[in-house]
Amino acid sequence: MLKFPIYLDHNATTPCDPRVVEAMVPYFTENFGNAASRNHPFGWQAEEAVDYAREQVAKLIGADPKEIIFTSGATEGDNLAIKGVFEMYASKGNHIITCNIEHKAVLDTCKHIEKEGGEVTYLEVNNEGLIDPKDVEAAIKPNTILIALMYANNEVGTVMPIREIGEIARKHGVLLFTDATQAVGKIPVDVKKDNIDLLAMTAHKMYGPKGVGALYVRRKNPRVKVTAQLDGGGHERGMRSGTLNVPGIVGFGKACELAMQEMDQDAKRLSALRDKLENALLQIDEAYLNGHKEHRLPHVSNISFKYVEGEGLMMGFNKEIALSSGSACTSASLEPSYVLKALGLGDDLAHSSLRFGLGRFTTEEQIDYTIEQVTKTVNKLREMSPLWEMYKEGIDLDTIEWAHH
Amino acid sequence: MAYSEKVIDHYQNPKNVGTLDKSKNNVGTGLVGAPECGDVMRLQIEVDEATGLIKDAKFKTFGCGSAIASSSLATEWLKGKSVDEAIKIDNMEIVEELNLPPVKIHCSVLAEDAIKAAVNDYRKKNGLEEIKFEESAVH
Repeated sequence: MLKFPIYLDHNATTPCDPRVVEAMVPYFTENFGNAASRNHPFGWQAEEAVDYAREQVAKLIGADPKEIIFTSGATEGDNLAIKGVFEMYASKGNHIITCNIEHKAVLDTCKHIEKEGGEVTYLEVNNEGLIDPKDVEAAIKPNTILIALMYANNEVGTVMPIREIGEIARKHGVLLFTDATQAVGKIPVDVKKDNIDLLAMTAHKMYGPKGVGALYVRRKNPRVKVTAQLDGGGHERGMRSGTLNVPGIVGFGKACELAMQEMDQDAKRLSALRDKLENALLQIDEAYLNGHKEHRLPHVSNISFKYVEGEGLMMGFNKEIALSSGSACTSASLEPSYVLKALGLGDDLAHSSLRFGLGRFTTEEQIDYTIEQVTKTVNKLREMSPLWEMYKEGIDLDTIEWAHH
Repeated sequence: MAYSEKVIDHYQNPKNVGTLDKSKNNVGTGLVGAPECGDVMRLQIEVDEATGLIKDAKFKTFGCGSAIASSSLATEWLKGKSVDEAIKIDNMEIVEELNLPPVKIHCSVLAEDAIKAAVNDYRKKNGLEEIKFEESAVH
């Protein structure tokens, strides 16, 4: 029996794995100590738990435990990495390279850097959402201190050529920071092989709790330092003050351990389900895949259904199926997704997109139901779409003078 | 954001979806909005030449649930009204009837604009001067 609503928005957040919750529970009640309390068993217990989690997190990305700085999540990690490098390396330069489909936590932080006198280059992606490493190399200048590029995109799932970019960064002596929020725990990420100097991640995208994440900061070849953005007790090697969220960190560690064990089988199962969903939905007339077909995360598919509007489409089944649209009908600006527009999609196609994000607990039965509902609703809405009628009559919509409002 | 029950009802059971023969002199067509903005409404009225009353109204809308509901409701209200009465329909009446939240007010404005555009098209076809409407306040 299908249980409603079906959750297909795993790029927004994931449920906690019950095994994660189980690991966390004692740290709320019995083992509630402050990891910084050095003089009694409550503190020792908490510190031991944090150290163990630090190992679990480090292992998943091929890092040393000492290189893990716990944060409140990826937004904080993005801020700490970019602002922290900008301030720490001010004597070396002030130029940062990023791209136009980064998460707002990176883009807005870069905007902040520009206000502080920094210089930022926003590289453009191609129409499949990929950065060309050659563009990265060409953008490097004598005053470049940091390349900040996401590992995988949150809307279309495109996986960037980080390893090649890492080699370029290393060659030119520029630091590489990657926001790997969507990638860690879903595909293999190795900070050594990829030559990554800083990496932001968060627990809640990988079946861990919300409000906890980590920033990887390389300690050797080169030794990287960031200026702390929070003043206080000097926790986390002085880079992030604040009492550690011990239960959250324990859960994060457990989530990393589970990802390590189950990532391969999850990816295999989910990409098969995703392909089933995608192949069926692309059978619909005038449906288009957004992003790169191969270089992408195993559990994401972003499809535009031309001539129907995304939010209207979701309304057809939003009590039964939870997902996201690139349409921004509810926002005051009425601007659709900047990511899809950066991929060269017209506003009309961006308004018509749905993002399907599968997860560890997604079943084939749920996918079959989703195929059925989405197909049915697209057809129903097209019957009431004036654009569909014009398209069917062979009218070129671009020749119509629309009254823009 | 949850939708009001009335919006859901119009979305699930839209009234008067369809197309009228725009080559007929007694049919007025209004096409407003733009695909890039995420909503396009086409609203049509058919006027009974003997009585001067709107005897049929149809719509097709590309847009969110509130846009679909606004145009569905507008067609319901248009039937039986005279052309002069039709242009008195105010977008805020649609907002109230459907309980539209502030971010969806533009859907009701679009429906009002569609009605005016359909009436003007009808007037033009019948040798009447087009009415110049003031720019709607909310766009």
